[in-house]
Amino acid sequence: MEVEQLQRSFLEYIAALFREGFLDGQFSQLQLLQDESNPDFVVEVVSLFFEDSERLLNDLTKALDQQNVDFKRIDAHVHQLKGSSSSIGAHRVKNACITFRNFCDERNVEACLRCLQEVKQEYLLAKTKLEALFRLEQQIVAAGGAIPILDEFS
Amino acid sequence: MSSVIANETRFHVLAVDDSIIDRKLIERLLKTSSYQVTTVDSGAKALEFLGLLEDENSGINMNTNSSPPPATTGNIHHEVEVNLIITDYCMPGITGYDLLRKIKESRLFRDIPVVMMSSENVPTRINSCLQQGAQEFFIKPVQQSDVNKLRPHLLKGRSTEAQPNIINNSSNLNAKRKPEEESLSPSRIRTKLNDLELVQ
Repeated sequence: MEVEQLQRSFLEYIAALFREGFLDGQFSQLQLLQDESNPDFVVEVVSLFFEDSERLLNDLTKALDQQNVDFKRIDAHVHQLKGSSSSIGAHRVKNACITFRNFCDERNVEACLRCLQEVKQEYLLAKTKLEALFRLEQQIVAAGGAIPILDEFS
Repeated sequence: MSSVIANETRFHVLAVDDSIIDRKLIERLLKTSSYQVTTVDSGAKALEFLGLLEDENSGINMNTNSSPPPATTGNIHHEVEVNLIITDYCMPGITGYDLLRKIKESRLFRDIPVVMMSSENVPTRINSCLQQGAQEFFIKPVQQSDVNKLRPHLLKGRSTEAQPNIINNSSNLNAKRKPEEESLSPSRIRTKLNDLELVQ
């Protein structure tokens, strides 16, 4: 595939991610921090996010499976996940965490289980889409092109 | 940006955050401003790095990068020089607020500017941090525009007697704040309004 075609596909894909609310402005901020001296910055941060999130989601699953559910602990985990998703611009994951925390306050196990499902779903969606985005980037670079920056205000 | 300071030593910032993602982010942001950065993942490690931890049970393995070797625990004479401390508020164990208090109580470090970060915009929290002596309170996610606000605090720390050419930049930062003006000073807090960010 031609470089320009790949670049167009990339821009369309990332524009859709912003439009559909999967990503927000914070992701653009990450892209701005990437340069020749830190060419893999975004992938590195997002990879840390994947590892950290999977750990937190596992901990949350275990915590909600206990006889006596420790809501304080669950809230702490969700707070962390909310923070990290916010830091990378994973907008829908962040919002799912906000909803989750509200139900933690109510100490409602059933609702929390549903929230956890929702968060997991949003996380998997975000992960799939970000991985697809990074694959497109790799294809562009392999074809000798530069990764275009989406102008959010155009 | 070329430095007006004759002394070429870079400013050294200590960043404290329990989130590995946020540590990576703040480190990158600080490095784009050409600061030397040390990151630690807890308040306890920050105190240890500064030499402020009283007890000697430090088997803790510190994760510092691009930083000079830390002062030995229990050693009163500090080799480490830190020009600014930026810390997360919500951390397990010693919170950012505890850390702020301990630094302000320390004769050696009380004049080092301390900046707080938090994902939550809680006015009472912000107020108490500012009253406790924090110079700024950033709402996360921290951005380049926030990090740009650090420089005047760092420059103030450098002696101005030796460098008379330094411009004393106090125009937009209200360096001397009266207590009643410390609540929710708009210049210090970035508010989000439906995903539009207003830098007030």
